[in-house]
Formats: sequence, C-alpha cells, structure tokens
Amino acid sequence: MSDQTPVLECRNLCISYYTRAGEIPAVVDFNLKLMPGEAHGIVGESGCGKSTVALAIMQYMGKNGAIVGGEILFEGRDMRTMSDEELRRIRGSKIAMVYQEPMASLNPSMLIGAQLAEVPIYHDGLSEADALRRAEEMLAKVRLPDPKRILNSYPHQISGGQQQRVVIAMALLSNPKLLLLDEPTTALDVTVEAGIVELINEIAEEFGTSMIYISHNLGLILETCDRLTVMYSGEAVEVGDIHDVFEEMRHPYTRGLFGSIPLPGADKNAHPLVAIPGQLPLPHERPEGCNFAPRCTFFRDGLCNVGALKMHPVPGDDDHKVRCERFQEIDWDRDLPKGEAKPPVLPGDTVLSVENMTKHYIIDEGGLFVSGGDARTVKANEKLSFEAREAETVAIVGESGCGKSTFAKVLMGLEDATDGKVMLGDVELGALPVDKRDKSTIAKLQMVFQNPFDTLNPSHTIGGQIGRVIRKFGVASDEAEVNEIVMRLLDTVKLPRDFAKRKPRQLSGGQKQRVGIARAFAGNPKVVIADEPVSALDVSVQAAVTELLMDIQRENRTTMLFISHDLSVVRYLADRIVVMYLGRIMEQGTTEEIFAPPYHPYTEALLAAVPIADTRVEKRHIVLKGEIPSPSNPPKGCPFSTRCPYMIPGTCDVDLPPLRSFGEGHGILCHLDPAELSKMEPVIKPRAQAAE
Amino acid sequence: MLKLVLRRLVQMVLIMAVSSLLLFAIFDTPEFKKRLAVQELGGFAVSALTEDSYQDWLAARGLDVPFYQRYANWVGNILTGDFGFSFEKNRPVAPLLADRLANTGILAFFVFALMIPISLVLGVLAGMKEGSLQDRSISFISVFTTSIPEIASAILLTIVFALGLGWLPVKSAMIGGFDFRELVLPVLTLVIYDFGYVARMTRASMAEVMTSQYIRTAILKGIPYRRVVMKHALRNALIAPFTLIVLQLNWLLSGVVVVEVFFEYDGFGKLLLEAALFPDVEVVQACTLVAVAVAVVSQIISDIGYTFLNPRIRFA
Amino acid sequence: MAVTDIQASQPFLSRLLRPRPVIALLLLMWLPLMAYVMFGKTIGNNAQMVLLPAIPATLILYILGIRAFRESWVAVIGLTLVFFWLLMAVSAPYLPLLDPNKPIAPFTTPFTERKDVFFWLGTDFKGRDMLSRMIWGCQRVLVWGVTATLVAYVVGALFGLISGYLSGWWDEIISFAANVLLSFPVMVLFIVILNYLGPSGFNIVVAVTFASAPAIMRIVRGLALDIKTRDYVFAAQTRGEHPLYIMIFELLPNVRGPIIVDACLRLGYTTVAITTLTFLGLGLQPPDPDWGLMIRESAKTAMLWKFSYMLLVPALSVSSLILGFNLMADGLREMSLRD
Repeated sequence: MSDQTPVLECRNLCISYYTRAGEIPAVVDFNLKLMPGEAHGIVGESGCGKSTVALAIMQYMGKNGAIVGGEILFEGRDMRTMSDEELRRIRGSKIAMVYQEPMASLNPSMLIGAQLAEVPIYHDGLSEADALRRAEEMLAKVRLPDPKRILNSYPHQISGGQQQRVVIAMALLSNPKLLLLDEPTTALDVTVEAGIVELINEIAEEFGTSMIYISHNLGLILETCDRLTVMYSGEAVEVGDIHDVFEEMRHPYTRGLFGSIPLPGADKNAHPLVAIPGQLPLPHERPEGCNFAPRCTFFRDGLCNVGALKMHPVPGDDDHKVRCERFQEIDWDRDLPKGEAKPPVLPGDTVLSVENMTKHYIIDEGGLFVSGGDARTVKANEKLSFEAREAETVAIVGESGCGKSTFAKVLMGLEDATDGKVMLGDVELGALPVDKRDKSTIAKLQMVFQNPFDTLNPSHTIGGQIGRVIRKFGVASDEAEVNEIVMRLLDTVKLPRDFAKRKPRQLSGGQKQRVGIARAFAGNPKVVIADEPVSALDVSVQAAVTELLMDIQRENRTTMLFISHDLSVVRYLADRIVVMYLGRIMEQGTTEEIFAPPYHPYTEALLAAVPIADTRVEKRHIVLKGEIPSPSNPPKGCPFSTRCPYMIPGTCDVDLPPLRSFGEGHGILCHLDPAELSKMEPVIKPRAQAAE
Repeated sequence: MLKLVLRRLVQMVLIMAVSSLLLFAIFDTPEFKKRLAVQELGGFAVSALTEDSYQDWLAARGLDVPFYQRYANWVGNILTGDFGFSFEKNRPVAPLLADRLANTGILAFFVFALMIPISLVLGVLAGMKEGSLQDRSISFISVFTTSIPEIASAILLTIVFALGLGWLPVKSAMIGGFDFRELVLPVLTLVIYDFGYVARMTRASMAEVMTSQYIRTAILKGIPYRRVVMKHALRNALIAPFTLIVLQLNWLLSGVVVVEVFFEYDGFGKLLLEAALFPDVEVVQACTLVAVAVAVVSQIISDIGYTFLNPRIRFA
Repeated sequence: MAVTDIQASQPFLSRLLRPRPVIALLLLMWLPLMAYVMFGKTIGNNAQMVLLPAIPATLILYILGIRAFRESWVAVIGLTLVFFWLLMAVSAPYLPLLDPNKPIAPFTTPFTERKDVFFWLGTDFKGRDMLSRMIWGCQRVLVWGVTATLVAYVVGALFGLISGYLSGWWDEIISFAANVLLSFPVMVLFIVILNYLGPSGFNIVVAVTFASAPAIMRIVRGLALDIKTRDYVFAAQTRGEHPLYIMIFELLPNVRGPIIVDACLRLGYTTVAITTLTFLGLGLQPPDPDWGLMIRESAKTAMLWKFSYMLLVPALSVSSLILGFNLMADGLREMSLRD
C-alpha cells in the first residue's frame, strides 16, 4: 500500500481568511493522505473548517481566502504551483465535487443536458451529440428514471433527490480520480438520503474512485468511509481507521461527540446523554494551545494551554493519531463522564386528545380578476387520532410534506381544523382560532421552534421577549415581579442573568434555543410542542439543549409533542411515537413497539434509512425507490403505495388500507395481513447477534 | 403564459379606467372650470360675467352635464378615436398628440440606443469582479452621474458645449426643420442621468450571480472562465436588468418633461406641462392616458420578457 | 457587572451613539429648522432665535455620523456633503451674508467688486447676491424634501405592513391602488397633482407622498411578507397577540434596517423632484431663494457664456446635495453587506 502514490496528500495545510478583523485562520496544520480507491471521511461541527479543506483542494478560495502554508499534492504534484490552465484541466475531470445544496449548484436557466454535456466537451473534446449521449448514459447509471426527459429539463423541474443525482452524474462524467462530497445529503429527506448514500457506495465500488466525504453526521461517515478525520475548530483532532476511531477513540472531543448523540443503547432515564459543556469558540477567539481545552474535563493548566499542539500517534497503531497531550494518561474505560440515571416518570391522565382531526387546504390559482378555475384540495392532515398524557413525550415523526407543521398550526390555533376534534382538557381547540381562545387556554399550549435564528425577534432584548409572555399570560404584571420571573427562567435554562439585557444577535444558536425554551415555559404550559428544537444546532450543543428541555418537562410534568424527522433522537426521548406520511398516521405505538416488529413498511424503511453511528449494531438494508409525492397530488389508495416494497397491485393503489391493531395503542395502517406484518425481522440488531 | 398576459391585460384596462376616472374627477371641480373660463374669455371678462351667462358658457362648452355623463361621453369619444380639442393650440388633440409623441419617440429611441449598451457593458464589467478597482471606479462614476439631476446636467452640458464651445445649439426647438445637432444635448442629458441606475442594477445582479453556487459549480467543472461568464453568468445576470430597462420607459416620460422644457424641444412632455398650466384639460387627459398606457404596456412587456427569460417561472 | 463597567468608562460621544440620544439630537436639529422654514413668517422678527439650539446639535450629529461611518469613506463623503448643507441651513441667519432678496448690482460676475461690495459668486439678473442665495436656497429644499420623504414613508410603511401582514382583500385593494398610482409616470403625477392643488410646499408633500408611497409600500410589503414567516411572528401569533401589536412591535423594527438605504436614495429623488418642479413653475414660489427657482429665473434671462455662473451655482449645489444622499446610501449598503 505504501508503494502507491497517494491520490491526494495534504501536508501541514494552513488556510486563512482575511477579513476586516484581520487574518482569521480557518484551518491549521491539516494532514491527509488518500490512497486510490479509499474513502476518507471528514467530520466536524459548523465552523470547524471541513468545507474549507474541500474548497482548498479545489484551489477555490474566494477573494479573501488563501492557503498560507503547507502543500496539497494531487498525484504527487503540488497544486499550488499549477497554472490556472492546468487547474482548469484537473477540475471537473480528475477532481470533481458534489455540493450540499443541489438546487443552488445547478444553473437555473440552463437545460440539464447542456450543463452535463459541458464536462465531456471541455475535458475530452467530444462533440455535442457525443457528449449528450454520454450524459444520458451517466444519468441512467445514477438510477435516474427517463434520462432523456431529464436532459431536456431545467433543474427546478425535478425533485431535490434527482437534482443531487444529476450533480453526482456531472461529477462522474469524466471518470474522476477523486470525488469530494460536501454534505451531499444534508438538504434531503432521510429516505431520499438513503438512496443517495447507496449510490455513493456503489460508485466507490464500480469506478474505484477515491472519495472525501464531508459530513457532520457520524452515522453517515460510518456507512460510507474507510478512514476518518475528526475536526474541531480548524484542527484535525483525531485521524484513523474508521473502526479504530469509532471503537477506541482517543480524543476527549471525539468521545464527547459520541456521548452526545443518541445511540441505540441510550435511554433518557437509565443512560441520559452527556453533553459537552460550553460552546464552539469563534475563529478569532480560539484559546492558546488546545482549542478544545475550555470544554475539556481533562484540561490541565500548563500542559494543554501552551504552544501549538502536535498530532501524536496512538501506540500500536501507526495510522491512528490524536491531537491531545494527555491521551495516554486518560483511562478511556473509566475516567469518562457518565450521565446520571434518573427515575422514570409515570404519565398521568390524558391531557390532549386528537380525534379524526382533518385539515384540508383549498388552493385556488385564480387571481382577482381572471379566475383560474383549477382549485385543488391539499389534504394536509387526514383523520389524525392520538392521545397524549400528562408528563408524557409523544413524538410525531415524518419527512417533508407529512403534515406535521400543519398539525402544529391547527393545534396552536392559527388554522381551523376542517373536521374532527382536538381536546385540550375539556376545551375543543379544532374550531377555536387563537384570537377566540381565552388567556389560560393559550398559556396552556406553547411551542418551541426549530430555527434558532428565527425564534427570537432580533430587535428586542431577551428579557423583554420573555417578559412579554409573562405579562401577556397574566402570570405577573408588576415590573419587579416580572423581572424576578425572567431571572428565574434564565436560571432554569442555565443562562447568565445579564443575558436579559442582550439582543439575540449576541447569543449563539444553542443559547437562543434556550431562550426559546424559557419563553415557552414562561406561562406554565400544560402542553409544549417542540418542532425539531435541536435539528439546526451543532451536535455537541444538541445534547445539552435536549437534556435541558427534558429536565424542565420532567419537573413541571408537562406533556411534550416532539416533532422530528430523526428517529434516533425520537427513540431516545419519546414515550410514544406517531409516524406520519403524507398527512396520515401510518403507525403509532410506544417507542418499543415502533422499533420492534411488526412494522409498517414505511416505518421499517425509515428505521433502515437513519444512519447510526455505532459499529456494534447492524442494520437491514432497505432503500425506497422514488421520491415523496407532493401532498397536493397524493397517490390513490395507500399514500405510501408508490414507494412501498410490499405493494400489492390492485389493492394498495386503489383502496385505503385498514387500521390493524396490535395490542393496546399500537396501530398500523396497512393492507398487509397482520400475520405477515408480525413476521418482519427487526431492522436494527446488535452486531454480535447478527454474526451468529 | 397566455393566462398571465390575459390577466395583465385585464388589469391594464382596469387601471386605465380607474386612472382616467380619477383624472376626470380632478378636472371636474368648479375652480378648474373657472380657470378654464379665465383662459378662454380673459380674466376681466369672467369677473364681469353674471352667474347666468357663466352657466350659458358652461352649457356651450358642454360642462354643465353631470360628471359621470361627461365621463361616459369622453370614453365613448376616445374609443372612436376622438381625443377632444385643444383650446390653447386651437387644433384637435389627436394629431397634436401624434406629432409630439413622434418627436419624443425619436428622442427616446436615441436615448435607449445609447443607454442600453453603455449601462449593460459597464454593469457587467463591474459586477464580474466585485470589489476590484474596475468595479469601484465604474460604481463611483455611476453614482456620480445619477446624482446630477436632468436639470443640472442639462445646464452643465449647455454651458460647456453650447455656450462655451459653441459646438451645439442652445435650444432644440427645431424651428428650421429637423436638425440632428439639436438632438444631441437632450439625448445626452437623459442618458447621463439614466445609465447609472441601470448600470448599478446590472452590477448588483451580475455580482450576485458571480457569487452564486452554480457559478462555483461551473468553475469547478473546469470550463474556461470566458465560457463561465458568457454562458452561465450573463443570461442569469441580465434577467433583472432587462425588466428594468423596459420599465425605464416610465422613468423616461418623467425626465422628458424637464429636458423638453429646458431645451424647448416640442415633444410630449412639453405639451403636457403647457397644457397643465393653461389648463387645457382635454390635452392633459389625453396625455395622461397615453402615459399610463405606455407605462402599463411596458409593464406587460417586462413581465412577459421576465417569464420568457426565466425558465423557473416559465414552467412553474 | 463587568459589562456595565466597560460601558460606563466609554467616552461621552460613544454613549451618545445609541438610538435615544441620536433621536433627541435629530429632533433638536430638525424641529427648529422646520419651524423656521415653514412657520418663520408667523413667528415674527426673532424667528432666527429658534435655530440657535440646532447649530450645536447638527455639529454633534455630524461628528457622531463620522464615527459611525468611519469604515466606509464613501459614506463619510456623503455624510459630509449632506451635513454641510444642513449646517448652512441652520446657520444661514447667523452668517455674515447679504440679504438674499435685496437687489444690489445686476449682472455682476463672480469675484468682482461693485458698489463697495465684493461678490464672491456674483449677482443674478436682479442684482441679488448669488452666494447668499445659494446658501439660503438649501433651506427650503432640505425641509420640504425631508418632510415629504418622511410623510411618504409613514404612509407607505403603514400600507405596506397592512397589505403584507394581513394579506387577503386588504392586500388586493392596497396593491391595486398602488398599481394605479405607479402606472402614472412620476412627473405626470406631480404635474397633475400640483396643478390641481396649486404650487406650494405643503402640496409638494402631498404630491411626493402620492408618487413615492406606492413604491415604499411595495418594498415594505415584500419585507413584511418575508418577516411574517419567521418563527418569532408565529410565536407572537400563538400567544394571541393582536395583529396591530405584531405589525408595530414585531414587524416594524425589523423592517427599519433595510429601508434606511432606500430612504437615503429616495431623499435624493425627492430633492431632484422638488428642484425640477420648482424649475417647471409648479413647486416653491418666489421670492425666497431656492435652487430650482434660481435655475428657472436664470434660464430665462442669462443664456450666455458670460452669465453661465448663474446657472452653474444652483446646478452644482443641488447636485452636491443629491450626491451626498446617494453616497450615504451606497456606504450604508456597503456596510450592511459586510456584517
């Protein structure tokens, strides 16, 4: 292996951005060696410099970025010494890249065929007709249906998953030596993501292309890569074979990262997540010495905060290196922080009950003066029924278009239900818009939002925004009293009291989300709807916010409706799960029931699609075909029939499936025979058991 | 596509109906009728007029019938091509307006013929390399020229080229027939004021496109830079300026008033102002109607052009 | 706490550089000037006394502005031009100038002495001092221009918020009205309105409002449509806030930023419009000095190379003020993009 020339080698690479504040190092002392056919993962949180590395390899740094040290060798030649023309020849032919947002990466006003054909025309000197023919072949290879039609389409005419396949086809057209994948599936739904991941793995086998896969998701890296670099705040902190790093990580940050993602064994009561304290340092505020030092439990003054740290090889393994001064002193089996077990919470009486709740929208495309006449009904929610009890966490799981946001809107009173009932205690909410609800009803039902950058009004102070809720709900009206409650709430969400005077832009994403939680709990709500409250946060911050949310919930015995697309989070924190697809509940039951057979075929596929960052489990491989249909034009019969591997023609695509009941509360909406459903094998199994 | 045009046309008719009604209402007040009487009969005659004979005068001019009835008549007349009669110029409005519009059309033609290439080329050059010296100097020049209002640049140009150097005539009344030299200063004045705005918008659009992800994709695909700019960037970058240029027609109708008055060029703008000050009501109404029609039509053209240039909307 | 300690130790000027003191200073500068120009005649002989507090306020604001804009030299130049004219406007009565309305020696060219008076910029066809007329001439343009823009903004923002936030029929009606107004070329609209109402400063405000408010409404409407999808608006809705509260407290503060740049540009347009209208005889009326009037009067009488200064002085003055507004807008935009 060592005789071969590496496809790519980065030696002591340093990259800086020049801003008004001066030079900001984005990546420091980065080393990487990529052998032919190898797939190397780079994992890290936002701002750790992983995308910068990819763009530096492409020699595309923008106006204010520059490589300030080290070298990048592509097939043994330093790319920094190449002329523009040489670089142009390499880009797109020998090194190709796949980007995070497929829609933005394709030219909106050019036909896909023309965009694809450019690659062979300019790199291999093909004629346009030949180039188009090759593009068509490549589209077929990336499993796009009807390649001819796609060649003659504009990017916006195809779905996100298809766009990403087009981008991948574009990258593969001239058979590159190296493929850079920069978060290629982040913008896609889980089941679509699974398809892309499968495709990427096939490419690796079929073309023998070396790959660099950049992601924030450890599970995805495990599914795609051989080796792994963990980056933190501009530095590689741990490099090694993927199994070494996953099973014997030797850097406190890597360990912390694994501790803060919900793996199959985690449990909110017995084994709670362990959050990494603190937050990511800003690039110009990095500490001296180890960047992770301020958040590290093994920090030792005089050792960790002096000079630049070097990568140390882990004894007994040449390929495994860590940037930690103390990794040999740490007892990796014993010294690690463990979450404190908490007693389980017993749920109380039913607080919220939803019965056959239905919400239809009518979209009338006509305007003021010329009526279009083609009014369509979008069935956002169809006959939802479920219950939530006091102190219980009910998760609503589904991908885009499943109707979870519409459901939240109806619940919060911003939309009227078309049919059915929503009972909060003894108040019917379905037909009661928010301006007709009384103060106490509104206060009983609050929400935590998804996007930390949107959740707070940038023009008002934190204290003002929390105080407004307190006054509005009549918790207190006296100025001093309100202030006192604001302070107490800030304490509860573990924020310093002087944050009350700050504006949201002075807070990090995780801190904003904490304020959002404080605001939701200011009126002592009975039910809190949490709409993907942590999905936009960095992994190491997610755990802390999740734990906080659950602690407050536990203390106040609040009912929580947790809306999410991420089954691993849901498995960790939910008591009951409701799986939705295109406005309908496909399956509901307790967490154990959902994660064990019998499954609804969609649940089964969803479980198989979620990447798990754990080498100890094995997952069945199920990839759904096609894309999620549009809610405005759902399939006839079972909404899942177009993608279901068990589809029974003539039945599933004609009639609505019956609700099959498996014990109390566990229901599956499917045409398959209950016996057949029960025969399904578990999707996730411990690896040892699988080997037997 | 067809639906969009149709919808736009319906809106246009509605807008013209509402705006003409508004105009009619404005000019229907007693004061305006008085002012009209003063102009026609002379101030002295009006003050000596008895109420009865004033009423007779109104009746003679057809101004005594209710407002809606006159509006209906007027609309009917317009639909048959009769735009009324100008009392100031003492000739029917339709041919008068046609003459003046033709003159303004000539002016507008030259303005657009100069402005479009200048502003697009400068805008693209500036936006291509955002932040470069080339960009900053072009940007500064365009801010500078848009800051000189038409009236000021008309003065400066006249002082330099007409009064100082004596190359060009001071006025553009075209008394001795059409003279191309008399057109130079009005055209330049309008171009100087207008091109900067379009150039700045083109620059912004181009700069935005150049930093977009699909341009990055194109560059990292290894296509030559020239092709990236010409094939990938230009088309997307010119969508916004195109609609703007068409809408610029509306702006031009404003600028044209000042320039025509200053240079005494017998065009639409000067006619409108003179008529408004007289007040030659039927001329003002006809002019305004024409202006609104031009504006609405250019809006439609720009909408259609936008949908045509932008596939995202065309196929939506 | 540490945070407050740092703030307390900051110099006086930095403490002024916060919304409330700045607004107070702006009012201190603006209200006297407005009172003087609009109601100077009714106040009487000692009207110039009201301008006294405005002079220091203007100077302090200028220094604050320079400090805030120091990152962009474009903005600093723009600010300097605008504040030069503002300072001239507030201090005109106290400057050693000849009476701008008093005819002394007609057709005196610049830098010559006649009747024992040295004329820096010469005199016009009636013999009035050009320098004095130039300086006094900025008052009316500034006051009416800013007032008109302000009123247009209040009206435009109000309708924009309503139509953007409430949508539905409100939006249809307001947008249609805006479309009707926008389909008149601006100058045509001005001519029609001012011809109907008669030429005067107050009517210019009305005309500018009709001409500008629809465009402002569209901008604000677009911003409101964007902002109303944000979660904090959603949060306000779900806690049962009244739409009026949401518009004023949740939407309006966040619309403010983007429209400041537009406001600077629009100040420039309004200045152009007022000068042009005055030139056409539809705006401000003689005898008080105004740049548009100076151009109008000179264009009739002095179309000769020798007397071109009579046109040049007001033309350059008005251009410099507009350039000031435009550069300020440019600098502000540049700075807002950087962060």
